[in-house]
Amino acid sequence: MPRRRDIESILVVGAGPIVIGQACEFDYSGSQACKVLRDEGYRVILVNSNPATIMTDPELAHVTYVEPTVPDTVRQIIVRERPDALLPTMGGQTALNIALALSEDGTLERYGVELIGASIDAIHRAEDRERFRETMGSIGLATPESATAGTLAEAEAVVARLGLPAVVRPSFTLGGAGGGIARTPEEFRSIVQGGLDLSPVTQVLVEESVIGWKEFEMEVIRDRADNAIIVCSIENVDPMGVHTGDSITVAPALTLTDKEYQSLRDASIAILRAIGVETGGSNVQFAINPADGRIVVIEMNPRVSRSSALASKATGFPIAKVAARLAVGYTLDEIMNDVTGTTPASFEPVIDYIVTKVPRFTFEKFPGADPALTTSMKSVGEAMAIGRNFAESLQKALRSLELGLTGFDAVDVPRDGDGVDRPALLDRLAQPTSRRVLLLAQAFREGLSLPEIHAATSIDPWFLARIEEIVLVEAELAAHGLPTDPDALRRIKSLGFADARIALLTNRDEAAVAAARRALGVRPAFRRVDTCAGEFAASTPYFYGSYEEGVSDGGETAPGDRRKVVILGGGPNRIGQGIEFDYCCVHAALALSGVGIETIMINCNPETVSTDYDTSDRLYFEPLTGEDVVEIIEAERGAGEFVGCIVQFGGQTPLRLAQALVAADIPVIGTPPDAIDLAEDRDRFSGLLARLDIRQPENGSCRNPDDAVRIAERIGYPVMVRPSYVLGGSAMEVVHDEASLVDYVRRAVHRHGSDDPILIDAFLSSAIEVDVDALSDGTTVVIGGVMEHVEEAGIHSGDSACSLPPHSLPDEIIDAIKEQTETLALSLGVVGLMNVQFAVTRATPDRPREVYVLEANPRASRTVPFVSKTTGNPLAHMASLVMGAGRKVADLDVRPWRNGHIAVKEAVFPFRRFPGADTLLGPEMKSTGEVMGIDRSFANAFAKAQVGAGTVLPTTGTLFLSVRDADKEDFVPVCKAFARYGFRLLGTTGTARFMRAHGLEIEPVKKVYEGSPHVVDAIRNGEVDMLFNTTEGAQSIADSLSMRREALNAGIPCFTTVAGSLAVVEAIEGMRSASLDVASLQSYLG
Amino acid sequence: MTQPGSPPRVPGRAESGILVLADGTVFRGRGWGKTGRAVGEVCFNTSMSGYQEVMTDPSYAGQIITFTFPHIGIVGCNATDHEAVLPAARGAIFRADPTPPSNWRSEQPLDAWLRLAGIVGLSGIDTRALTLRIRAGGAPAGVIAHQPDGVFDVERLVGQAAAWPGLAGMDLASEVTCREPYTWTEGLWSGLGRTPVPAADAVPIVAVDYGVKHNILRLLVDRGLTPTVVPATEPAEAILARCPAGIFLSNGPGDPAATAEYAVPIIRRLIDSGMPLFGICLGHQLLAHALGARTEKMHQGHRGANQPVLDRATGKVEITSQNHGFVVCRDELPETVEETHTSLFDGSIEGIRLRGRPVSGVQYHPEASPGPRDSAYLFDRFRSQIVEGTA
Repeated sequence: MPRRRDIESILVVGAGPIVIGQACEFDYSGSQACKVLRDEGYRVILVNSNPATIMTDPELAHVTYVEPTVPDTVRQIIVRERPDALLPTMGGQTALNIALALSEDGTLERYGVELIGASIDAIHRAEDRERFRETMGSIGLATPESATAGTLAEAEAVVARLGLPAVVRPSFTLGGAGGGIARTPEEFRSIVQGGLDLSPVTQVLVEESVIGWKEFEMEVIRDRADNAIIVCSIENVDPMGVHTGDSITVAPALTLTDKEYQSLRDASIAILRAIGVETGGSNVQFAINPADGRIVVIEMNPRVSRSSALASKATGFPIAKVAARLAVGYTLDEIMNDVTGTTPASFEPVIDYIVTKVPRFTFEKFPGADPALTTSMKSVGEAMAIGRNFAESLQKALRSLELGLTGFDAVDVPRDGDGVDRPALLDRLAQPTSRRVLLLAQAFREGLSLPEIHAATSIDPWFLARIEEIVLVEAELAAHGLPTDPDALRRIKSLGFADARIALLTNRDEAAVAAARRALGVRPAFRRVDTCAGEFAASTPYFYGSYEEGVSDGGETAPGDRRKVVILGGGPNRIGQGIEFDYCCVHAALALSGVGIETIMINCNPETVSTDYDTSDRLYFEPLTGEDVVEIIEAERGAGEFVGCIVQFGGQTPLRLAQALVAADIPVIGTPPDAIDLAEDRDRFSGLLARLDIRQPENGSCRNPDDAVRIAERIGYPVMVRPSYVLGGSAMEVVHDEASLVDYVRRAVHRHGSDDPILIDAFLSSAIEVDVDALSDGTTVVIGGVMEHVEEAGIHSGDSACSLPPHSLPDEIIDAIKEQTETLALSLGVVGLMNVQFAVTRATPDRPREVYVLEANPRASRTVPFVSKTTGNPLAHMASLVMGAGRKVADLDVRPWRNGHIAVKEAVFPFRRFPGADTLLGPEMKSTGEVMGIDRSFANAFAKAQVGAGTVLPTTGTLFLSVRDADKEDFVPVCKAFARYGFRLLGTTGTARFMRAHGLEIEPVKKVYEGSPHVVDAIRNGEVDMLFNTTEGAQSIADSLSMRREALNAGIPCFTTVAGSLAVVEAIEGMRSASLDVASLQSYLG
Repeated sequence: MTQPGSPPRVPGRAESGILVLADGTVFRGRGWGKTGRAVGEVCFNTSMSGYQEVMTDPSYAGQIITFTFPHIGIVGCNATDHEAVLPAARGAIFRADPTPPSNWRSEQPLDAWLRLAGIVGLSGIDTRALTLRIRAGGAPAGVIAHQPDGVFDVERLVGQAAAWPGLAGMDLASEVTCREPYTWTEGLWSGLGRTPVPAADAVPIVAVDYGVKHNILRLLVDRGLTPTVVPATEPAEAILARCPAGIFLSNGPGDPAATAEYAVPIIRRLIDSGMPLFGICLGHQLLAHALGARTEKMHQGHRGANQPVLDRATGKVEITSQNHGFVVCRDELPETVEETHTSLFDGSIEGIRLRGRPVSGVQYHPEASPGPRDSAYLFDRFRSQIVEGTA
């Protein structure tokens, strides 16, 4: 069947901001879908509020709405664009929920919009727990015993029947948010209550526990002719009880006999039929009792997912691309398998390697959060690795995590006198955490037996045995040193041991191990990911490296003879380094491929567009370590003209490799590594600024507490302290006194060693922060965009909202900022991108506004995609041409700023995932993603950004204030504005007294420690619609924590800065005068 | 770091196994299973599960199987997953060393099973390079050998490999067929190990055994048919004297043209009897010969569990399990024969039928085991032809 001709335009709904459970895998799938539909001749309309996505590049869809991904906005877009069809399966749970909402309110029917890729019925059957269970029963498949409950009492009645432990799963939440395993009645009540609050339909499923069973996933595709294939099976190494997003997983399933596997296959296909998934990809999850093989169905997702992205990268089979074609009428046999180019997509990929995915966590960002892994997802990213055996892929994945691991690095275990405290260690093993995988190896080192560890963890003995083998080889290495026989060394390398790991175990440095290894001729072989285990020749250059035994050649790379550039990606997503950097890497590939240069991508993050084999000319799915990267480049250098390596786009990860590249005589393109060092090294940078006569907050660097105190006394408290060479404000703090400073420095030296100095800066209270992205060819500088932060200095730039262009700064300040940026770029010798952060002080009667440089980073920044979308200048693309193709800025088609619109970027936070963690913002970055609001006024753009970030600003209702003394004066106009809008005002006793003195009507409410009824009660009773809370000092922060958490749970907006609150006033003012309208990016850019 | 209680299982034993190809190429690795040597055609199989079923499939007689999937042996071996009483494969090649098993169904580790099954195993070689070599040059003759002392007379082994005549022209069905007729009553593995008792009114059929896989017989039993399995050379008269309601021609190894010499006259008589007839793999190829078609050796064959086949009548695609190195030639297909199924990988013939008659065959393995069960409908169709007289 050819493609459908009865539809002409298709609305694709994106997933919105990056949040836990919904990351850049939906940019990967959405971009593929947009490309395919466009190629098929459809008019593609896209909505996605996330500017850091490739899919929102204006070339991808015909009409791009960077507007909130919420039903109201999508309805407006439908009214305006009148699409024939809506594709809801590429944008995660967000898009499915929007489709449901627009179906229920009649929008789809009224405007004649057909859902393609999934029907409302199918979505309901899959998502509604009770209907899902019934459907499974109707086809003879078992599900864990369960029942739904809409109240706590109903839930308690269910658990009385099923017994504890029990699993609680809220309906219609992302990544299992709010779910968990209850072992005690108290735990049960607390999880159920939380789950009911989080569920948009106030419903939870209470389920028989299958904790400890084996967990499997099947990635299935079905077409409208009822052809169905399994693209990939995935086995969770962490058994049931840990969300699959938080589990270490392997592909394909390893511990099943064919008869068991075929039962899962048959069941999966039967499930797609019964649920009614007529076209597209779905993910089906099963649990199997390891004792008797009993199979139960856990859930299914009738859409592409994180697992389907993983399956696509693991096999080379592009699920989203194929699913998009199926949605418009093709059948599987009508679609070619891109990888072979000769066989159809109607087959099941087979692989001849093992793929391991390890999740990446950032618990260190959320002190107070419980690090236990449960059925609610907590990881922020993942690394995938490919090896010719499980050990190789697992060790490669561990060193891909960007945690400084070389493999199974040693970890502390509970001690009891001289020996290991075995009961305590077994207890720790029994509790899944982000570090448990390392503890498994450590337990073997401490002499625990495999059966003991299996009993504690329920992890399949086969996986444990492979880890035990790794530990045995480690012991052998430690005992006998580095082998001098090439076969013996290759055997060790074949199990995935990094040179760095071997160096650690044999007490040498990594360079010595690498040199010895090369002298023995032990080099990796690069193998193709070909979907068919070698049965057919593959035309897609998608590779992985392996040190497998018995290999005599370098493998199958066959490097090309063109000019070539290597682009280093950013590794796993984590807070501080996410999709923005992948966006830049993708642009580098597209830009340079576009001018005939061969682009070679290296990355290990399966969620990304950069690891789509369609993005670059050649793709290596490998860890971003010196060893792995240098080996690839050496292989690629064998032919053609190697221009160099781009390290400034992938965030901190590739920058860290610059030294290894230089040591291997590998040229770095663009800003030279020394200039990067000049900007990063505080002393050198201060010297430069002094020479250029550019102002910088008073500062110093130290390596011990004594120096720190001396510097702080010179500068005056409060001071900002941080380690050098960090991204995302890792471990950055504002300290107010000597004791906290000394404590900070001690902790930092303990954690990071004393090699890198600690930086101390004067803290500019209430200053406005400004971010500038610029592009330079070494002689000419283009200012990409000047962004004014909404939150004042002291809040990490990644967590702050910002506006482009600045909405409150005078022109002469902006001009000064631009001029300083230009001077800096030229003096640093920047070739490519640079980001500079400024602080602009407030004008006071005795001092005018002053501009300070906080830092300069000669690399792509987090804001590059935001600036590119807002201005229409694709900065990363342009920078790539400058760096890799020798273009001058003057040759580039830089568009002048077109007045008339303003864009606001707002951060999105994962606090809901981390019960117990505070929601206050500070210098340490905590956001997982961002949204953009774009409109004709700052107020509307800010309001849209809030809506996009999931914050519903009230235009009427009750406002609660609790502000610190220093801010009270600033809040008077805020209160006056809200009083004028007819809001009821509540405040803590102090705040209320102050506001009353200024003639405002405000009712006092008790703080929590003052006793009930207090502010938390008020929030819980639904009496508060918005909260403004500024605070300082450990005690006050602790006292007000429960208030902020309660606001979070209740889903009411809570603003914790003066500037943020002032922006809210403007936004609500705008919203009260006219409702928010939608407009496409293309209409703004002209 | 000491390891109390842990057996020393550091991978990497001495080189105790070898594969030598006819052109003198040598792969050295570690030997498993039976010690000694075996000569045969070196082919590869891409299935990611079901190694025990693969190795016990009689169609692998005369062959040394290279498993492209790197970890073989994880789930051990058991008594249920046999496809024949005695495995016919001569050798098996693995990327990684077989490990102690981990599965509730396992009864024996792979290494021990290989020893009992008389299969020479080899691990630790570059199976990907070997596979690509077969893809490029076709399946070569080779000798696989396992000696605990690791001492091999390579020159002699090369000579043996080079002297092996190859599968073309070789009748192997006669080596794996049963010696005496028997009746099969066991049904499918149901997940809990139960086997259904055949229905009392089970319909008798005859299955001609060229190397039949047990799962075919189990599927027939599940559909209320009771197969009597007879040797490949059983005369047509003897078969018809059993008064069967249908005839099944089984899968099997070797060159169909060689087996056809004695099988075709029998099959022609059976077709003439007018009763429903169904052939799988070699049975399908022999049926083609009987209908006047021809077979030829393929370059590398189809061996795996992911092969797409188009059902030309419905336009539907089924994912199939396959294992064949010979194929029915399209250019000499008689008018009376209709091509019913086609490979979507290379366009080769995957199924035929005699026009207007309930006589058909498929090249692939609808009985799966290992592999997808998409094609089980063919057994339903065969049953309807027998019981309801449908075409």
